[in-house]
Amino acid sequence: MYKWFHQLGSPPTFYRWSGRWLPWLSLICFVLFVIGLYGGLVYAPADYQQSDSFRIMYVHVPAAWMSMFVYMVMAISGAIAIIWHMKLAEIVMLSSAPIGASFTFLALVTGSIWGKPMWGTWWEWGDARLVSELILLFLYIGVIGLYSAIDDKRKAAQSVAILSLVGIINIPIIHYSVIWLNTLHQGPTVTKFDNPSIDTRMLIPLLIMAVAFKLFYGIVLLLRSRNEVLWRERRSQWVKDTLGDKTDG
Amino acid sequence: MHPARARRLKLVVLMVVSIFIAGGFVFFAFQENLMLYFTPSEVAEGKAPTGQRFNIGGMVAAGSVVKSNESVEVRFDVTDYGKTITVTYGDILPDLFREGQAVIAKGKLNDQGIFIADEVLAKHDENYMPKEVADSLKKKSSPQQMEGSKP
Repeated sequence: MYKWFHQLGSPPTFYRWSGRWLPWLSLICFVLFVIGLYGGLVYAPADYQQSDSFRIMYVHVPAAWMSMFVYMVMAISGAIAIIWHMKLAEIVMLSSAPIGASFTFLALVTGSIWGKPMWGTWWEWGDARLVSELILLFLYIGVIGLYSAIDDKRKAAQSVAILSLVGIINIPIIHYSVIWLNTLHQGPTVTKFDNPSIDTRMLIPLLIMAVAFKLFYGIVLLLRSRNEVLWRERRSQWVKDTLGDKTDG
Repeated sequence: MHPARARRLKLVVLMVVSIFIAGGFVFFAFQENLMLYFTPSEVAEGKAPTGQRFNIGGMVAAGSVVKSNESVEVRFDVTDYGKTITVTYGDILPDLFREGQAVIAKGKLNDQGIFIADEVLAKHDENYMPKEVADSLKKKSSPQQMEGSKP
């Protein structure tokens, strides 16, 4: 296990390994998106209160889950980068930030579009769930900004790792805000100890979409990391060999 | 483990733990201010600010909605099944507004203890089900399940 972890941490192995997996991941991800969207938009029955409007949750909920999941990945690889000074962990951390920011932005926008017809407002400043999710977006933007503000990139990565570890505190606040505080946003439907309070025919497409979103993140992360690996190692022999094979024939 | 790495591991753990402790203190100190609304019981206990705007939240009591014939003005009771407050509102209600569903009203209490709202938001619960299921649940007469766990 440790050996495998070590090998994967070496840039050429990572580059070869990820190149083999990418087409398969993309295919599975695409199929899941098609099934999930069909399930969410056609197969799932309309809700008894919100009728067809609830279907925006098939984008909103996976995006919101991913906004927190990607943050955890970013913070954990940040910790690995601090402790073991592992290059690949730095790359995963840095490549995750813009993806996480996009998921957060998507969750905020779809939530707003959902909120206007259902709640009667686009945005509510007093709602802890909404505001903590906005803070998450600012944390991601802070990570991206801090990295580009420091010239020494190894040092920049260390600083970013500390920032993302500090920001972890926001994750439980986002999750528990709707349980501990009274908010406009409703409580959790799926992620609670009780049975999910959602009809099975509505739940299955949601879970498929959640897996599709995870795979999508994995794919974009691999693509970004591969680019970053090539750029950082651009002067090394293995990059010349790998790219040379393709360009020179 | 290499001693330098072990030291950094300890530092990272220490940092995360202290952030969570600090965050916990801040959260519990500001908890009251992070609440979006007061329930009718809290208003009755005098926790809500007097003479200024605040929000109340609760269920729209069944059978309490009275619509005016001349204007869009509407009057309804907001309840947390303990205390009840009467709310008047002179604008268009959100689509999801209905009896037995949660709402948040923004406005002021007048001298008669009536809440004059200038904005009403509908709060929906975390239950999703098709209409047939909701209807059959209603037939089995389990209103608690229909209305969700908390207002």
